Amino acid sequence: MGFIYEGLLKAFQLLFDGNPETWSAVYITLCVSSLSIFLTILLGAPLGFVLGYYRFKGRETLRMFTDTLLSFPTVVIGLLVYSLVSRQGPFGDYGLLFTLPGIAIGQVMLGMPIVVAMVANAVENAESGMKETLLTLGADKFQVLRATLWETRYHLMLAGVAAYGRIVSEIGISMMVGGNIKWHTRTITTAIALETGKGEFAMGIALGVVLLIIAFGVNFSVAKLKRRAGQ
Amino acid sequence: MKKFAALLLALALLVPAMAQAKDKVLMMATTTSTDNTGLLDELMPEFTKDTGIDIRWTAIGTGKALAMGRNCDVDVLLVHAPGAEKKFVKDGHGIGRTQLMYNDFVIVGPDTDPAHVKGLPVEKALKAIAKAKAPFASRGDNSGTNKKEISLWKAAGMAVPDKADWYMQLGQGMLKTLNAAAQKGAYTMTDRGTWIKYMDVNKGKTPLNIVVEGDKVLFNQYSAIAINPAVCPKAKVELANEFIGWMASPKAQKAIGDFRLLGKQLFTPNAGK
Repeated sequence: MGFIYEGLLKAFQLLFDGNPETWSAVYITLCVSSLSIFLTILLGAPLGFVLGYYRFKGRETLRMFTDTLLSFPTVVIGLLVYSLVSRQGPFGDYGLLFTLPGIAIGQVMLGMPIVVAMVANAVENAESGMKETLLTLGADKFQVLRATLWETRYHLMLAGVAAYGRIVSEIGISMMVGGNIKWHTRTITTAIALETGKGEFAMGIALGVVLLIIAFGVNFSVAKLKRRAGQ
Repeated sequence: MKKFAALLLALALLVPAMAQAKDKVLMMATTTSTDNTGLLDELMPEFTKDTGIDIRWTAIGTGKALAMGRNCDVDVLLVHAPGAEKKFVKDGHGIGRTQLMYNDFVIVGPDTDPAHVKGLPVEKALKAIAKAKAPFASRGDNSGTNKKEISLWKAAGMAVPDKADWYMQLGQGMLKTLNAAAQKGAYTMTDRGTWIKYMDVNKGKTPLNIVVEGDKVLFNQYSAIAINPAVCPKAKVELANEFIGWMASPKAQKAIGDFRLLGKQLFTPNAGK
């Protein structure tokens, strides 16, 4: 038990004394996860909207495909992205291996299905009843679209927050594609893996505390948004 | 909308900042021992100060480092498996191979020494461990240490006990393997540098002790290899050679010899010898 207590104590020291290694991992995690979630929402939300709003051929298959992708293991994504961005791979020329944009590619793949599936669901649910009502009230197509977007705003945010929670805590992609390079691609999760592996539990616990705070923040937002969304 | 625009702007600034196209970036793949012991953390700031080269390394074990070299994903290697390295160079993936430093491997085991191997030569010790079916933790990750361990089983006239109940292949770095061996009361083989680091991290409180050392087959040579630009056009061979030259320089060699934990030397420099 002693070492957990010692670890916690030292963890707070590291955090509050501004230990550069600890804060570098925190900063890098925030940088790369912000980039990832931005791209995920930018690409995922419209796709999810189209998938939930429009009726077209192959839509059911596409939805099933997205739902399946929800359980894509992060190590498999890591492996996939590694083989794509390795200098021997098809995108090797861009030099993305061992960079944050490289990690972001994998994290977008991880977050996309979540955003697409959740947005599609929300839009589908909101739209089904509302569309007829609005049309009978004389609304034009654009107004229906706008109303649907407004109605699902909390769901859109919820999707983003849920995806962020997954992105910020993933390790497989960061480790494989990022290479866990100190000061450059060492994120909170890869640093925890390294430090505990070395037996330096204090540093691991310090970073664990930060990750927990972020995760709690994210989940708190999810809970609030869910209530507002009326789920 | 203004907020959104501000966010967009912030991200637009962030992305290029993260990509930072510095021209003097050298990418290295190395063994876990050079990184985990803190040797690179000690030496590399000096290297950057002297040469202006921003060196970045990923610590993954010799086997994977060589694979990354073959894939052209790094510019230089710092590894310790002479046999595999020579083949790597012979196959045209690397140019030159400069030996930089050495330490030695040791076999460590639990206080109780269940197989009674203390002080035995390597060959006899491994036979005794196998005979007693005493737990043995292996890196099992194709690293330099793992390659060495496998060659020692073979040299002792045994097949690698791949499926034996008492033989645990962890697929992890050396410090993790040492931790696992301590928890499981197992023997394991480690390089002396990582062993001293392990003692340092645990403040000397560990159920493991060195049981076999000093056998000349346990010699552990570290070398650097520049990736061949004829095979990997993007490999930065000039920067790689600058790194190797710096590591072999009297200044760096002295720093390697001076690197100590618990008052003990972890690596012995031997460039040009």
